[in-house]
Amino acid sequence: MEALIAIAIGTLTATGLYLILRQRTFPLILGLSLISYAVNLFLFASGRLAPGLPPIIDKAATGYTDPLPQALVLTAIVISFGMTAVIVIMALGAWFSGGDDRSDTGGGE
Amino acid sequence: MIHLTIAPVILPALLAPLLLFMRHNLGLQRAFGLAGTLALLVLSVLLLARTAQGPAAYRLGDWPAPFGIILIADRLAALMLALTATLALVIQTYAVATGWDQRGRHFHALYLFQLMGLNGAFLTGDLFNLFVFFEVLLIASYGLMIHGSGTTRLRAGIQYVAFNLIGSTLFLFALGTLYAVTGTLNMADLAVKIAALPPADHALIRVAAVMLVGVFAIKGALVPLHFWLPGTYANAPGPVAALFAIMTKVGAYAILRTTTLILPQGTPAIGPLLADLLMPAAALTLVVGAIGALGTRSLPRLAAFAGLASIGTLFIAIAAQTPQATTAALYYLIHSTLATAAIFLIADQISAQRGGRLSAGPRLASQGVLAALFFATAIALAGLPPLSGFLGKLLILTALPDAPLLWTVILTTSFLLILGLSRAGSTLFWTTTEARTEAAPPSPLALASIAALLALLAALTLFAGPITDWLAKTAADLYAPVAYIAANGLGGLQ
Repeated sequence: MEALIAIAIGTLTATGLYLILRQRTFPLILGLSLISYAVNLFLFASGRLAPGLPPIIDKAATGYTDPLPQALVLTAIVISFGMTAVIVIMALGAWFSGGDDRSDTGGGE
Repeated sequence: MIHLTIAPVILPALLAPLLLFMRHNLGLQRAFGLAGTLALLVLSVLLLARTAQGPAAYRLGDWPAPFGIILIADRLAALMLALTATLALVIQTYAVATGWDQRGRHFHALYLFQLMGLNGAFLTGDLFNLFVFFEVLLIASYGLMIHGSGTTRLRAGIQYVAFNLIGSTLFLFALGTLYAVTGTLNMADLAVKIAALPPADHALIRVAAVMLVGVFAIKGALVPLHFWLPGTYANAPGPVAALFAIMTKVGAYAILRTTTLILPQGTPAIGPLLADLLMPAAALTLVVGAIGALGTRSLPRLAAFAGLASIGTLFIAIAAQTPQATTAALYYLIHSTLATAAIFLIADQISAQRGGRLSAGPRLASQGVLAALFFATAIALAGLPPLSGFLGKLLILTALPDAPLLWTVILTTSFLLILGLSRAGSTLFWTTTEARTEAAPPSPLALASIAALLALLAALTLFAGPITDWLAKTAADLYAPVAYIAANGLGGLQ
């Protein structure tokens, strides 16, 4: 199970990094989203993987999984949602005012 | 619980949405915005007075410390709050005086949200809460960065946003690793737990430490993570670039907390790892900044590289990790923030009249005053007597007694900075063509705000004695964090 999650996080991070380094804003935003998936999985896994156990107190539960990383992941998802909205709007603004979606400033000042 | 501790976060958080209701009335926005920043200054001075008696803690929701989030105002946090509020008030006055706040929407609301993020980042005692406040201050800075639009500004803004989003992701990786190894994210609790880690976990903590310092190095623009700074600062609106002078100091503050509280020098888990990484990076940053300042042909970029050089000097003092070096670092931090802000404001005034190129051009309106202000700021930035740059560098050099290589780097780069700044000054003011510029003369209030920053630098020099005494006590508190850890009240339910 750990190996599967680790491979998934690694693949998502690698793909995300490759896309970020493309010099267009659309792959950049996709790459940032993939990396945020990877980091959310990583945070989730930092509480140790406990399949099938609840995070909230439950009279019928045999054990619990760590609820704090799940709260951290929720916070991170909400924050990256806001950030993605901001960068999409900025990319659209650059597209409409500049004519193309290159993410470099064209060299010089 | 001391409610004064959370006031610098709550006040802008409540005031900024109110400003959104006033979005059609610029006068009201300006009045409430300036009043809010003034109130923040008063609150930070009150906190400064309060922290003389020891750290003031505030538990959110009254949950005990490792399980709940805690805000702690110790001397260092109060110092950073006061510096932020002072800088913010002067820059906001400048933005109002020059009409920068009219060139886009919601300037004052974004400004207050930025201050909320900065204050929260300085006050928090929990690493994940630090991440959250970093994001608050970053998202407000994205809005401020693209204020006034323009294609180049938007593209530079996208690069800035992307760089910082990658940094935030790295921060989350570091937090996940730290939590997985120690089971806590409260800074004082981490300090206690990391000091007692079994050797099997040392490798993971080293990884987490490097990632954490890497994130703060991105914020603080240390080489090789500095590439975002020149493009961003050169393309941001003038007052926004001046406010960004405190944003790099958030990175410096965070590294200071990490290297004194969470991962201090004697920690068996990491050994000398952090100092080995930070010192060469800081020296390289200083060199890159000085060479860049000498080689650029654009005034905003000159200001950005001069700011980069002063950050490099600051980090050299922080990486030395002794109480004397930290005192020098704190003094230089105050100086660096004010001087970098001043040169960005002056660069904005000059660029508004004749564009940003460092070449011969028409005579400026109010050239005498602008030249005098540029001269004073250049003296401060380059580290020449009599202003605080000289005292700051002197304090740093005396705190590094057996480091001939560092002395060489600091002195040579000071020389390069003097060369670059004086070449810029003489090109801008002494090689004027016959024509007179048709631009309007600068607003007196704008010039007064730049002069206010320089007056603060002069006050920093004149009162250097009492200030360094106070900073020495702050640094001593940092290296013996018993009071800070005790203020957390750990061991609540254990």
